[in-house]
Amino acid sequence: MKSFFDKLAGSKQGAIGFLILAALILVVFPLTLDAFRLNMVGKYLTYAFVAVGLVLCWGYGGILSLGQGIFFGLGGYCMAMFLKLEASDPESTRIQSTPGIPDFMDWNQLTELPLFWEPFHSFGFTLLAVVAVPVLLAFIVGLAMFKRRVGDVYFSIVTQAIAAILTILIIGQQGLTGGVNGITDLRTLMGWDIRSHEAKTVLYFVGAFLLLACILIGRFILASKLGRLLMAMRDKEERVRFSGYDVASFKIFVFCVAAAFSGIGGALFTLQVGFMSPSFVGIVPSIEMVIFAAVGGRMSLLGAVYGALLVNYGKTVFSESFPELWLYFMGGLFIAVVMYFPNGLAGLYQSHGRKWLARLGRWRPKARRAEPVAARPAPSSTPEPTSPALETTP
Amino acid sequence: MDLSLSDFGAIAIMQGFNGLSVFCVLLLMALGLAIIFGQMGVINMAHGEFLTVGAYTTFLVSSLTLRFLPELQPYYFFVAIVLSFLIAGALGWLAEWALISKLYHRPLDTLLATWGLSLVMQQAFRSIFGAREVSASMPDWLMGSWMPTDTIDIPLNGLFVMAVTLLLTVAIFVLLYRSRWGLQVRATVQNRVMARSVGINTKKVDRMTFALGCGVAGVAGAAFTTIGSTGPTSGSLYIVDTFLVVVFGGAASLFGTIASAFSIAQTQSMAEFFISGSMAKVLTLSAVILILMLRPQGLFSLKVRK
Repeated sequence: MKSFFDKLAGSKQGAIGFLILAALILVVFPLTLDAFRLNMVGKYLTYAFVAVGLVLCWGYGGILSLGQGIFFGLGGYCMAMFLKLEASDPESTRIQSTPGIPDFMDWNQLTELPLFWEPFHSFGFTLLAVVAVPVLLAFIVGLAMFKRRVGDVYFSIVTQAIAAILTILIIGQQGLTGGVNGITDLRTLMGWDIRSHEAKTVLYFVGAFLLLACILIGRFILASKLGRLLMAMRDKEERVRFSGYDVASFKIFVFCVAAAFSGIGGALFTLQVGFMSPSFVGIVPSIEMVIFAAVGGRMSLLGAVYGALLVNYGKTVFSESFPELWLYFMGGLFIAVVMYFPNGLAGLYQSHGRKWLARLGRWRPKARRAEPVAARPAPSSTPEPTSPALETTP
Repeated sequence: MDLSLSDFGAIAIMQGFNGLSVFCVLLLMALGLAIIFGQMGVINMAHGEFLTVGAYTTFLVSSLTLRFLPELQPYYFFVAIVLSFLIAGALGWLAEWALISKLYHRPLDTLLATWGLSLVMQQAFRSIFGAREVSASMPDWLMGSWMPTDTIDIPLNGLFVMAVTLLLTVAIFVLLYRSRWGLQVRATVQNRVMARSVGINTKKVDRMTFALGCGVAGVAGAAFTTIGSTGPTSGSLYIVDTFLVVVFGGAASLFGTIASAFSIAQTQSMAEFFISGSMAKVLTLSAVILILMLRPQGLFSLKVRK
């Protein structure tokens, strides 16, 4: 059993990093932020799920999916459908021409609930669907693409096209999906009002714990043999294939894991924000999610969380005070991260922060105890010192 | 519906013409992208913005002509096309020099970097020209339509875009298959290492190819102003379709690009006749993805040594 816990913790440094993050989101934020800001951080944390998934499949697996918004959206829509059905009981929708169905269906002259909405009356099914629907789609896409050895840039473009298709579909089928406005006006979860500050705080903690759990799962995967294979595949796919491994299956697996994380994030997003719309599904949000992982460090699960928090915080600050500068900043961020910090914040910490910490430790004798920690070799969840690039065709 | 045979024929012709217009739009965008992707494996996410550069250039030339030389207004378009090509090409040259050339060994990262570039360019357009859509004033000879019979009505600007597409395609073919530079490009595509070892400066070829691809996008943008107005994000509207065209056609194959643009455009416009526009698009894109699963290398693929 000891090795199992070792895998979760990574190393001493990995464990400390994890504890710092846990303390930050479980203790520091709730104590220092007011309810409004805490809810906002909670929203950012739901994006961190996607970023953590991207670290697994892009940073380690070399699969750049530009369609994570698909899975985020599917998870979010599953949850939104359940909440919408609860909000549209016959009593509160009695002014509609067909009471008991969601309001947007009534506006679109639907007279009965579409069949695929029916199972979402059950909370258990919804919870299952939040993970299962994204995973199923990821499995199908992955199976079709990776078995046929569609990789690299081609895969990215195909995922982007799927994100486009899904958005067009959601917007086009207004009667079934709520169209461009999405599914709005969600009120209660099993009779529990999710719009109150207390509920949002509870949901924040649920999200935070689930995120930490996802990080541990990610660590476990990366510390296992599978994690090594992923990296090997990213660097020299042919060699792994010639060694007798079924490359496609591993790729499908990690893509599905990333999709599951994104789905959970999407469902929590719906709960936190109180609605779901196609604007979180399409091409632009999907590629923005990649930048969260890139800023935090594509090779660092913890870094991805910080990346999601920082970029979204920046987005909020910029769009509040200088909306016209935001796109410049975002564009500059894409370029700068790719060109100068391919390993993101985690990479910066590896190359500069640790030395700086170590120097701090030497300089102040009291802090000496921290030094051996800082000087330890890189644990599995931090970047490799060499080959930051995703090597493909030389 | 009570349709006579000739009515039906007219509808088929007009719908076919519609498809041809979409085909021209896709092909104009895809040509530049296909050259760049084929040679360097770079996915240029900012391609749509280079197109917008061309469109805004045309808009500027048209307003300047109207203000200072109104008598030359019928002819400004030819100047605009040349200028669009030069400005978009120069910007492309700059982008390659500053950005892309540093990232050739990381194709996925060029995708992200050029996305960043496209965001910056979009916001720059917004700051310079405003968020509202603008349109260039059309010369008279582009207005109106050609009516061979009573029921068939073909707009002149559509014909003009077709002519530009045809000319541009022919020009690229001549450049690639009949010029010294084209020879170097083809050598680089087929075997980069070997091309370098026989004395081809592949870096220079790359830069010129990128600039040329962006210049072609600029011309496409100039042609677009005749069929629609220009906004900061109008270039990015078609970008996903264009990528699919390039990937579906097969990298490094101009014939493939043409064939795939044609089939995608015709499928789309034929389907639009039966179902709603958005569903037609969903259907077309899904069909392309399905075919890509069966033929991951695209319709036509060139034997390439990497």
